Amino acid sequence: MDVYLDNHSTTPCDPRVLEAMLPWFTAQPGNAASRSHKWGYAARTATEQARGQLAERLGCSPKELVFTSGATEADNLAVLGVLRANRARGNHLVTVATEHKAVLDAAKHATTEGFEVTVLAPEPDGTVDPAAVEAALTDRTVLVSVMWANNEVGTLQPIERIVEVCHARDVWVHTDAAQALSTCALDVRAVPVDLMSLSAHKAYGPKGVGALYVRRGRPRIAVEPLQYGGGHERGMRSGTLPVPLIVGFGACAALFDPSEVERVRGLRDTLRDGLLAVGGVHVNGSAHRLAGNLNVAIEGVEAEALMLGCRDIAMSSGSACTSESLEPSYVLRAMGLDRDRAASSLRFGVGRFNTEAEIAYAVEKLTAKIAELRSMAHLYE
Amino acid sequence: MTVIYLDHNATTPVLPEVFEAMRPWFVERFANPSSSHPAGVEARAAIDRARAEVAALIGARPNEIVFTGSGTEASNLAIRGAFRGGRVVISAVEHPATREPALHLQRQGAPLTVLGVDGSGAIVVPDALPSDTAVLSVMHANNETGVLQPVRALADLAHAAGAVVHADAAQSLGKVPVDVGALGVDLLTIAGHKLYAPKGVGALYVRDGVALQPVIRGAGHERGLRPGTENVAGIVGLGAACARAGADLDALSARLEGQREALWARLRDGVPGVARNGAGAVLPNTLNVRFPGVSGNALLAACPDLAASTGSACHAHGESASAVLLAMGIPEPDALGAVRLSLGRSTTDADVAEAAAMLVEAWNRLHPEVSHRSR
Ligand SMILES: Cc1ncc(COP(=O)(O)O)c(C=O)c1O
Ligand SMILES: Cc1ncc(COP(=O)(O)O)c(C=O)c1O
Repeated sequence: MDVYLDNHSTTPCDPRVLEAMLPWFTAQPGNAASRSHKWGYAARTATEQARGQLAERLGCSPKELVFTSGATEADNLAVLGVLRANRARGNHLVTVATEHKAVLDAAKHATTEGFEVTVLAPEPDGTVDPAAVEAALTDRTVLVSVMWANNEVGTLQPIERIVEVCHARDVWVHTDAAQALSTCALDVRAVPVDLMSLSAHKAYGPKGVGALYVRRGRPRIAVEPLQYGGGHERGMRSGTLPVPLIVGFGACAALFDPSEVERVRGLRDTLRDGLLAVGGVHVNGSAHRLAGNLNVAIEGVEAEALMLGCRDIAMSSGSACTSESLEPSYVLRAMGLDRDRAASSLRFGVGRFNTEAEIAYAVEKLTAKIAELRSMAHLYE
Repeated sequence: MTVIYLDHNATTPVLPEVFEAMRPWFVERFANPSSSHPAGVEARAAIDRARAEVAALIGARPNEIVFTGSGTEASNLAIRGAFRGGRVVISAVEHPATREPALHLQRQGAPLTVLGVDGSGAIVVPDALPSDTAVLSVMHANNETGVLQPVRALADLAHAAGAVVHADAAQSLGKVPVDVGALGVDLLTIAGHKLYAPKGVGALYVRDGVALQPVIRGAGHERGLRPGTENVAGIVGLGAACARAGADLDALSARLEGQREALWARLRDGVPGVARNGAGAVLPNTLNVRFPGVSGNALLAACPDLAASTGSACHAHGESASAVLLAMGIPEPDALGAVRLSLGRSTTDADVAEAAAMLVEAWNRLHPEVSHRSR
């Protein structure tokens, strides 16, 4: 049985999402920027409807959304775009060692442009302490970037508290919510972040499209574009709009169903309990985590060996983006796990399309394989 | 009611066979190509195949292709990524995807040279380029007039000055042969949706050994030049579209040129005083014409079942003429009458006849009024 338990890496497009996208590839070819005919008008209407669907999901105005190619671009636009455009407000960024590479590498690059960056260490459970954020703020701090939910250990960050301490100091908050879109209520009225990165392919939408939410208000959050051109997306992101992908993004946002979250959480709990029953298995991270996320360290087992032994179960050691390197997860290392424990850790992402039978199969197969690997290791001792 | 789409330079429909190649990569084969499990490895292999297909169309090696999210992104990566101080040289008829990043570098202190065009729409090749030229970026074919530019001659001058050469082939690829060796370029922009691949994917050719800085930072996708989870379906589509373009390029361009000339003949016969914008070597599918006494916008508004475009952007406060046509020395009142008709794979002879009839009829309807009012 093939079981896909890697939904943090990417998710399948929901067939309903593909259905919504279909007409916009061939039958409706218009360029949303074409002003002189109805094909262009139809395409524009479609992208604006999708913008409305996403805005509704986030509780924001459609005018606060900028479509991008994904969360990587959105993170870069937030971090580099805000720092570069607001030099008059300061030169300092605060972020966390467990952020996605898109934020960390943008932050690192910012230091080469004269910006100062503070990278906070998380608590051992992966949580960021709002007091630590507050302590890191200076008169020169422009932006704090803390993800909504971590892509490896699923930790849900206390964004609301972080926003409070930052706004009290007139500092903007960006959050990478790429992992949260599939299972979290994301309401920017309830949690008034200033910028939020999203990606469709983490929430049953297509790859190649994401968005950056940019709060409108006073003072205006200026964002310097990464790419210049025809002035699309109110000048913040030029380039012909990928109509089908945007329509798919809107559809996937509209399909969000809070009742599905509990089902996913139930499957995840079954998986967790099944693996804990093996013995010598420890959960990495906090209890306050994404409904579909599980990250465990398995004593006496190399994560890579277990993955090779269970090739019909898709899971990962570390995140997909870094899975080509053999280094153990920098996220787990930043949480204080030693190399050995990090190297024996696996990430599971349960999602919409998983079934109870799949979870039962995965538990059975993993349990057997763990026992086998441990007994082999024993032989060599 | 027939509807006729003659705006293929704005964007093209995805070819059905291209979509069929893409389809499995949304729902069934959805894995992340960076994942080490078998499904991820399969997605990686699909990207590599597409990379080879794109490379083959332009005479490049697969490892010289970097996938992006659009032509605009590719040109930004080329111009901003290659820039390390020195002068930037572009032409007066560049697409905003080239012009705007160049102007951004100028705002940051880089000297900028803008090469002019002649009356036919071709960039005037100077005797030499300034010795401090660091980046030359010119288009292979203009999006409004279709005029093919002297890329090779300009590239040689730029290389003599030690510059990196970028060409924007968004419009030419799939319509005329594009060979990076023959053009002598270091970097070349590809826009998927202009050649029957989907919107949301583009590519940059980066000649081996040319060092670029990424614009976006993150995990190491696309050799670190373009991080972000790959748009697998889109990339597969771009590969399939390039393979198709290479398979029937000559036959397609010959057919389009014939239809384009038939369209022109009908307009010339039906509209006294109509004139063509752009001359010399022009893309086979592009016809840019100016209609006397009417604005292009008004004319197209009177043809609701015809999709075409005016070179001009419609601003909040009235119309402004195309900067490309103005740069060619066409007087503003004449330039306002311009309409761009761009043919494509699905265009039929009947479409051409009908489009011409619509335009002639609309012009007849509008023109007397206009001339009456202006009297
Ligand atoms: C938390 C987080 N941020 C950003 C990204 C990057 O998103 P994308 O693949 O859309 O560029 C990912 C996934 O790779 C992620 O998990
Ligand atoms: C000549 C030229 N260059 C670049 C572009 C931009 O490409 P994209 O629409 O993929 O951003 C276009 C089309 O808009 C174009 O016509």
